[in-house]
Amino acid sequence: MAVVFERPRSLTDQRFRYCPGCHHGIIHRLVAEAIDDLEIQDRTIAVASVGCSVFSYEYFDTDAIQAAHGRAPAVATGIKRVEPECVVFTYQGDGDLAAIGTAEIVHAAARGENITVIFVNNAVYGMTSGQMAPTTLIGQVTTTSPDGRIPSRAGYPIRVCELLNTLEGPAYLARVSVHDPRHVREAKKAIKEAFQVQLAGKGFSLVEVLSACPTNWHLSPLEAIEWIKEKMIPYYPLGKFKNVLEVKEDA
Amino acid sequence: MNKVLMKGNEAIGEAAIAAGCRYFFGYPITPQSELPEFLSRRLPQVGGVFLQAESEVAAINMVYGAASTGARVMTSSSSPGISLKQEGISYLAASELPCVIVNIMRAGPGLGGIQPSQSDYFQATRGGGHGDYRTIVLAPASVQEIVDLVIEGFELADRYRLPVMILGDGNLGQMMEPVQMDRTAKGRLPAKPWALTGKKGRPRNIINSLNLDPEKLEMHNRKLERRYQEIKERETKAESYLTDDAEIVVAAYGIVARVSKAAVDRARAEGIKAGLFRPITLWPFPEKELNEATARARNVLTVEMSLGQMVEDVKLALNGRLPAAFYGRVGGVVPTVSGVFEEIQKINQNSGKVK
Ligand SMILES: Cc1ncc(C[n+]2csc(CCOP(=O)(O)OP(=O)(O)O)c2C)c(N)n1
Ligand code: SF4
Repeated sequence: MAVVFERPRSLTDQRFRYCPGCHHGIIHRLVAEAIDDLEIQDRTIAVASVGCSVFSYEYFDTDAIQAAHGRAPAVATGIKRVEPECVVFTYQGDGDLAAIGTAEIVHAAARGENITVIFVNNAVYGMTSGQMAPTTLIGQVTTTSPDGRIPSRAGYPIRVCELLNTLEGPAYLARVSVHDPRHVREAKKAIKEAFQVQLAGKGFSLVEVLSACPTNWHLSPLEAIEWIKEKMIPYYPLGKFKNVLEVKEDA
Repeated sequence: MNKVLMKGNEAIGEAAIAAGCRYFFGYPITPQSELPEFLSRRLPQVGGVFLQAESEVAAINMVYGAASTGARVMTSSSSPGISLKQEGISYLAASELPCVIVNIMRAGPGLGGIQPSQSDYFQATRGGGHGDYRTIVLAPASVQEIVDLVIEGFELADRYRLPVMILGDGNLGQMMEPVQMDRTAKGRLPAKPWALTGKKGRPRNIINSLNLDPEKLEMHNRKLERRYQEIKERETKAESYLTDDAEIVVAAYGIVARVSKAAVDRARAEGIKAGLFRPITLWPFPEKELNEATARARNVLTVEMSLGQMVEDVKLALNGRLPAAFYGRVGGVVPTVSGVFEEIQKINQNSGKVK
């Protein structure tokens, strides 16, 4: 019988610790599949960050390092500068990347550092149990925005792709979602493209993935999917902001 | 080989290259900026990488990444910048990654001033960042010794898998002295089977400092501690000058040791039996060597460009055996020969009276 579905080789057989309905697991799988498809498992180095995905170094069956909160792009820079033949990617949440690690991500992008960033936007701090993130939507209730995020108190949510798109350095920027099978397929394609951009030596690539955190949104997994469609996507429009490889092909 | 005239900061850079270091990540700060400037010219010439990071936080995390691949890597800064690097230094120590970190100290706290100081002694020798850890701390007193200790620093870092700090003050970074630059690291880099290089057929390597299981984390802490003990037993280093018959021993490191040496000479000329003890490793502190150097002494005087930091280690090492006096200048003021000499004189007069 033909095998139509199996565990990606680039995932270990460790069981994920994620909550039911959390999208981190899906996103891990997509990253691993992309690594398998591109046959780069033996030369990939994963940089895990701080957040619910802190254990991703246990899940990816590649060499891996765990970075301090927000510092993954700097750590990846150090690795890539020594090992330019390796494929280096970071896996970061929104608190990690868009709050404490804002300087590191902006400057890695501005340098056009030849790394790939998988940026998981779930509009909340997951691991520390639901505080406001830089990506928390206006009106969204969290443990530190109990009245809903009010811009006069807490400022506005940050659109990371749009922000980075003002820079010359990035070679690939895309925002995707994994809330239904069609979007999962698109997300997979984007992740693979981002790695291809790195393999072509074109510079910084980032894929922002909208992701559910049913636990801290206090929604059921299905309600969380609706929330992504109704609330997140309107503020965080999906699409490709930049792909230097495509620009080349068109020209 | 001929001697060349070099500035302390530049000698650090050239010595690092001689030690096989090809990667430097830094951020400008006075009085160490000549070092990154020098390496931005030199490293590309030898096929290396110089990268000016966006902050000290980023620089030390780039070091963490580069060190994880097994490469010899260095960063440098001065006091306020080292404070920012402490996060990364704690991670490097926890993950057992070798690297060399240079601190050319200036006066603090806060933004302080840009003049030389030794007031980061506590931060350097007590770990400095969060958690139970130590780094080896080497304190050169001349531009030639900078070269030797930077090369040795890389070797120690690799041998014990930990960050090594070169602790100098602004004077040392700025002054020019003749140096012999023909030294190179002993042999090749040790094998680093733990390094991240891409799996290439072997089982994956993981560099990590997270351990949520308290028993396992305690085991890791104990393992690090055993290594620190081994370093304490093997790697202490100090220099003694005229201590064989000394009644008053001055303890000082770095540039202050040179000032103190001149004061000791002056005391000898005045008939006072003074000597100098100069720790070269600040961690591990050369306790045994200090006790040997003070075997005949009646008093120890610690001189520092701080309000009294190393003096605590001196007291711990003496363990009450001898009275320990302290003389310090701060804020960027360098102790003078006559200032130190007067302190020696005072102790000499007092110890003559008391009894
Ligand atoms: C320096 C530092 N500050 C704070 C923390 C605590 N902390 C751990 S995870 C986290 C938030 C992570 O949120 P996010 O990046 O959005 O990832 P998620 O958990 O949602 O996947 C924080 C603040 C830490 N580990 N280190
Ligand atoms: S807290 Fe949220 S982000 Fe973290 S595992 Fe649970 S659902 Fe996922």
